[in-house]
Order: sequence, then structure tokens, then C-alpha cells
Amino acid sequence: MSAAEAQTATSAAAADRSARRERRGAPPGEPRRVGYVYVAPALVIYAVFLLFPLVRAVQISFYKWDGLTLGSWVGLRNYADILADPALRAAFGHAAVLVVFFALIPTAVGLVLASVVARARVRGLTFFRTVIFLPQVVAMVVVAVTWRQIYAPDGPINDVLRFVGLGDLARGWLGDFDLALPAVGMVGTWVSIGLCFILFLAGTGKIPRELYEAARIDGAGPIREFVSVTLPAVRNEIVVALTLTVIAALRTFDLVYVTTGGGPGNATTVPSYEVYRRAFELGAVGSAAAIGVTLTAIILLLNLVIARIGEQP
Amino acid sequence: MRRPHCVAVVLTALVIAACAPGSGSAGSDAGTPDGAGEINTDPASLGEVTLTVWDQEVRGGQDAQIEALNSAFQDEYPNITIERVSRSFEDLQATLRLAITDDEPPDVVQANNGRADMGAFVQAGLLTNLDPYRAAYAWPDRFPTSILSYSSYTEDGVTFGEGSLWGLPQMGEVVGFYYNKALLAQLGIDAPVTWDDLDAALAAAKAAGQLPLQFGNLEAWPGIHLFGAVQSRYTPADQIRDLGFGRPGAEWTTEENLQAAQTLVDWVDAGYVTPEFNGITPDDAWQAFARGEGVFMLGGTWLLADLMDAMGDDVGFTVLIAPGTDMPVATGGTSLPFAVTDATEDADAAAAYIDYITSSDAMKIVTEKGNLPVVEASEQQVSASLQGEAFAAWDAVTGSDGLLPYLDYATPNSYDLLTAQVQALMAGETEPSEFLEQLQAEYESFVGG
Repeated sequence: MSAAEAQTATSAAAADRSARRERRGAPPGEPRRVGYVYVAPALVIYAVFLLFPLVRAVQISFYKWDGLTLGSWVGLRNYADILADPALRAAFGHAAVLVVFFALIPTAVGLVLASVVARARVRGLTFFRTVIFLPQVVAMVVVAVTWRQIYAPDGPINDVLRFVGLGDLARGWLGDFDLALPAVGMVGTWVSIGLCFILFLAGTGKIPRELYEAARIDGAGPIREFVSVTLPAVRNEIVVALTLTVIAALRTFDLVYVTTGGGPGNATTVPSYEVYRRAFELGAVGSAAAIGVTLTAIILLLNLVIARIGEQP
Repeated sequence: MRRPHCVAVVLTALVIAACAPGSGSAGSDAGTPDGAGEINTDPASLGEVTLTVWDQEVRGGQDAQIEALNSAFQDEYPNITIERVSRSFEDLQATLRLAITDDEPPDVVQANNGRADMGAFVQAGLLTNLDPYRAAYAWPDRFPTSILSYSSYTEDGVTFGEGSLWGLPQMGEVVGFYYNKALLAQLGIDAPVTWDDLDAALAAAKAAGQLPLQFGNLEAWPGIHLFGAVQSRYTPADQIRDLGFGRPGAEWTTEENLQAAQTLVDWVDAGYVTPEFNGITPDDAWQAFARGEGVFMLGGTWLLADLMDAMGDDVGFTVLIAPGTDMPVATGGTSLPFAVTDATEDADAAAAYIDYITSSDAMKIVTEKGNLPVVEASEQQVSASLQGEAFAAWDAVTGSDGLLPYLDYATPNSYDLLTAQVQALMAGETEPSEFLEQLQAEYESFVGG
């Protein structure tokens, strides 16, 4: 009898006994029915404000509904339309580009910054930490309005370009068909770097200095040090940072709404913006719900993948 | 963890199998013949009534006029209490659908003219047909047909611009050319009256090193106005009306519309419009115009107050005469019409309220607070020259039936299509013919289907 089998047998026997003895022998901390009473208040609020709307959204996504009259059942047509409509596919494509700018670039830059700081004592670190984190504190709408001015044809970026003699590169960044999406993405990079940096800084702070010293004694250079010491130590922080920033990228709405409104043309539309547009402007509530549900599913899926990456040794 | 799982599955199945969305809404009793019975036009005899009114008149002068009219109405009819709920345009847009399908909707709502709003509400039977009140209050005596058509739909909500009346607006708005009087004087040019005059003025301004036309299209809606203006030069007014109201019988892919689209491209190529216009916000554009950057700027009368503040008597306003006619033609519309919900129990009081806030006396108050009254504009006393010019333009356009609908009224999807397409056209991403084909496809799929 292997250890595992033995355990199963004993625990089954124990369950029998405990049923007769009415849980008297259950160890403290083992879940009991009364636990449901403790979580009930939170569970009710969660169910009313989150689970119910979610289920309702799924339900609505199977209907063609204008928000006013009786909806008609269309099955999976709204979902099929998402795949068939090139404009919607483009919107999801734009969201994928934003993931690069919101999540991948800030994570990479944040890692480099944090490892540099971890290697050497930086004077005025508190000051830099605050400054880099500041964009996280500012409301996204304020960020968007500010960047709209920074990107304006006679805004600071173009002024600098003209000053250094690169006037040919100056343009209305948000009005350029090719550059509007990267321009919006750069705002996301600017916002996310702070979060990533602070998270990684906390992570590297836990690494004992001795590890670095040991690595140096073994002849490791800065890059080897980063790969062998820093990176494994901040794995959990990377998972957290990616989770938060990927969600931020995929649900981006306010930034696009304020800076470009999806333009020029449809160069910067994103799924969340389409949800708003369809539900409130076009009265296509079923289609809006279908996009919302799809987006939720994608976010969930990506986060499962990210969590899985974090688990691997 | 088996049981809760099952519960969730069962719950989900129950909810999905439950009533379809919208089945509990107030619209389900549509079809009751409202207003078919006796109507009462004497508010004083209606007893104690509380009217809940949802409006979006939140900006300075607009808020002032509605507040003044509400209190005057309640003073005159103490038996009626107005409960005002005011929201910004966007907030109203986002919440009105929920409110109007509620079991107890507001009595009076400001509903945007277009198909996505008023048209959809009519279709769903959520508004009261105002035809009986139109006759009782003799509104057509004071309101020109072109104005009433902006709040008219057939009873099934399918045809826009004709049929029954569902609301009444307070203010007018027309899109015309603002011009910088000082810069025009420097160029030695009079204010343009015809499109040829404008051509000459634009060329002269460019030759003199001035920016001919200030234009900022980052928010994309000014593009609709600019295209609409140029289109009114080439395309006959009745065709534009059919296109704008989304009625069958017209075509986008005509020689005239192609000329209009090509003109916009030519203007960009000739350097007539602000460089990098797709990256400039409309607010930045009018502020630049107020600083003297640009001889002309196309804009609506909603900019009157701001430009008067900024430029004083240095700014003028004009609408141009269509070639081959002697009447000015311009894109324009009304402020959001006030409509009566279907579920209200006080339709008589609601209609009386709407009549009161659109009466001749009300038009005076609307003017006093700095707005453009929808009717009787030429009878108002105004001191500032710009206001006088705008009022005269409005009267000339509506008086000669030269008011053209905003092109985005056509179909629920037109706004997004047109804004995106004009941006692409003027940026050189789309050829004029391609541009028109896109619009034609949308128009065909709408009127054909």
C-alpha cells in the first residue's frame, strides 16, 4: 500500500467516523457550514452587483435587442458577427497592440530600472520612486487631456522636434493614420511604468545582498546577475504586474474616448469603446453585450496563461 | 465542490430561459391610441400635477433660459410643479434609454432628433404623438415646416422628416462661415455672399500668406459639417434632404457629390485648411481663430457667445447662397426637441409646458439669455452685430426652406461612418469615389432593407 493509498483509506474511515460523531473530531480551521454565514454578506453583494449583471450580460448577448423594445433570440449570431466584422476584428487587433505598450514594454523597462536600482544605492530614491509612480495616481481622463495637448501639432513634442532641427518629423500625432495608435499606446507605457517599477523594486528589495555578493564572487557580470538572481526573485511581482497591466490595456476606454474618439478613421477603436458606442449610441445592446463577454473571456484566458507562467519553476 | 457548481448551472439556465430582455418595459403597452380622446389646453384646470422634466440645457445661457421659463410657468400655473432633472448631453444620451423604459418614466424628456434616439423611441411606442396638440396650439402657424420636420417621424418610426410630430425645440442652430473682419479688410475683400466669392477670398488669403480656413477635426464631427457645407454648393437641396433623413430616392454616388468630395481634397492640397487638422481639437481651432489665425472658420451658431466674448465686433457670420438660386442654403437643425413620454398620465400638462417654453414670450427670454430662438429670430432685439448676423442668417435659411439636415441623421451608423470617412478622405487615405461608395453602401443597405 503506497503512502497515498494509505492516506485515502484513513481519511475515508475518518470521514465515516466523523459523520457519526458530528464533526467533534474535526481539526480547528477545517471548513464548516457556519462559514457560509460569515461570507454571506460579501457573497450577496458580489452576486447582486457582479454575478447577476455578468449572467444577464451573457443572456442579452444571445438577443438582438435595442434596449427599448422586446428583444429577439438570435443565438450565437452576435458572436459570429464579431468574427465576421472586419472593423471589430480591427478593434481587437488594436487592443493587442495596446497590450505591447501597456504591459510588455513597461514590464521590461521596469525590470531594467529596478535591477539597476537594486545593484547600486541611488541617492534620492524616495523622490524618484514618487515621481515615477505619479502617473498611476492621476485620473486617466486628466492624463488623456494632458497628452492630447502634448501631441497637438503645436504641442511640446513637435516644438522640441523643430528646435532640434527635426521639423520634418513634427506632425499631429493623434491625427496621423499610422501613428495615432502607437501614440495612444505610449501614454499607456508612461502610466504603467510606474506601477511595474514600484512592484519590481519591492521584489528586488527582498533579495539578500549576500546573493549578489556571492554571484559577483563567482564572477557573474551584471547580465548574469540579472538573469540568475533578480529575475527569479521577482517572478511573482512580474505575474502581478502583467496581470494588472494586461487588464488595463484590454479594457482601455477613457484614454481612447478622450484622445482620439477612435479616430482618425477607425485607426484607434478598441473593444471597450465599441461596447459603449453600440450600447449607448447605436442601440445595439445585444451586440455590445457580446463584445463585452468576449472581452471578459479573453482577459480571463490571458490571466490564466500569465498565472501559469508564474507557477513554472 | 460539486453542489454549488450545479446550483450555478441551474441558476444560469433559469436566468437565460427567463424573459427576454425588454419584456418588462413600459413600451410593451404601445399601440394604445394616445391623444385620441379629448385634450385639454387649459393648464389651470388640470388640478395638482407634478411634471418630471429631463433636459440637457446645462450650459450657461441655456440653463438660464430654462430656469427662467420653468419658474415663470409655475408662477402662472401654481397647480403645476416642475421637477427638473438636468444632465449633460452625454449623460442624458447614456441614461435616457433606461429612464424611458422604466415603469415610471419622466413626463417630458429632451430626445435627440436622430434615428438612434427619437426614431427608436417612436418605433418602440415610448412617446406621445403630439399631432392633436399641434392642431390645438396651432404650432404650424409659428413653426416652418422645415423646423417641424426635424421632430417628425411616421408612426412606425421608419420615415424621418415627415409624418406625425413627436417633439418641439426651443433653439435653432445653423452652420455657417465665421470670418475675421479685420483680416478681410486687410485683404480688401467684402464678406462673401456666394460660393464664388468664397473661392476668391480663400485664394486671396492664401496668396497673402494668411491661413484661409481654420479647421480642427480631431473629434471628427466638424468634418461632417465641412462636407455638408461644400455638398450644399453642388448637390440640390432636396437630394441632400433625402440622403440626410435616410429616405429612399437619392444617391451618394453622383457627379455633384463627387465634386463636393473632390473640393475638400483640393482645399487640403492647396493649403487652404489648417495643416495637421486631424490632430487639432475643434476647441483649439476656434480659439486659434479667435486669436486671428485664419480668415474663415466653418462653425455652428453654438460658438456665437464664445466668439463674441473673444473677438468682439471683429467677427462676422454668413451663410452662402447656393449657385443657380438666390437663397442661402446651410446645414443646421434645432436644439434637442422636448417630447412627451407615452406612459405619462399628465400628457395635457406636459404639452402645455412644451407650448409655454416655445411660445413667443419664451423666444424673447431665450434671446435675452444669449441663445438663438428657433422661431421669430428676426423680431428679437439684439445689440451685438454678430448675434444680429447669425439671427438674420437663421431667418433667411429657415424662411426660404434652405435648412439642410445634419448628414449623420441618415442611419444609426452614419455618424461613425461619416466622421471616419471624412477624416480618411481629407488625409488622402481614401479616394473621393471610394468615399462616396462607402456612404452609398450604407445608405442602400438602410433604405433598401
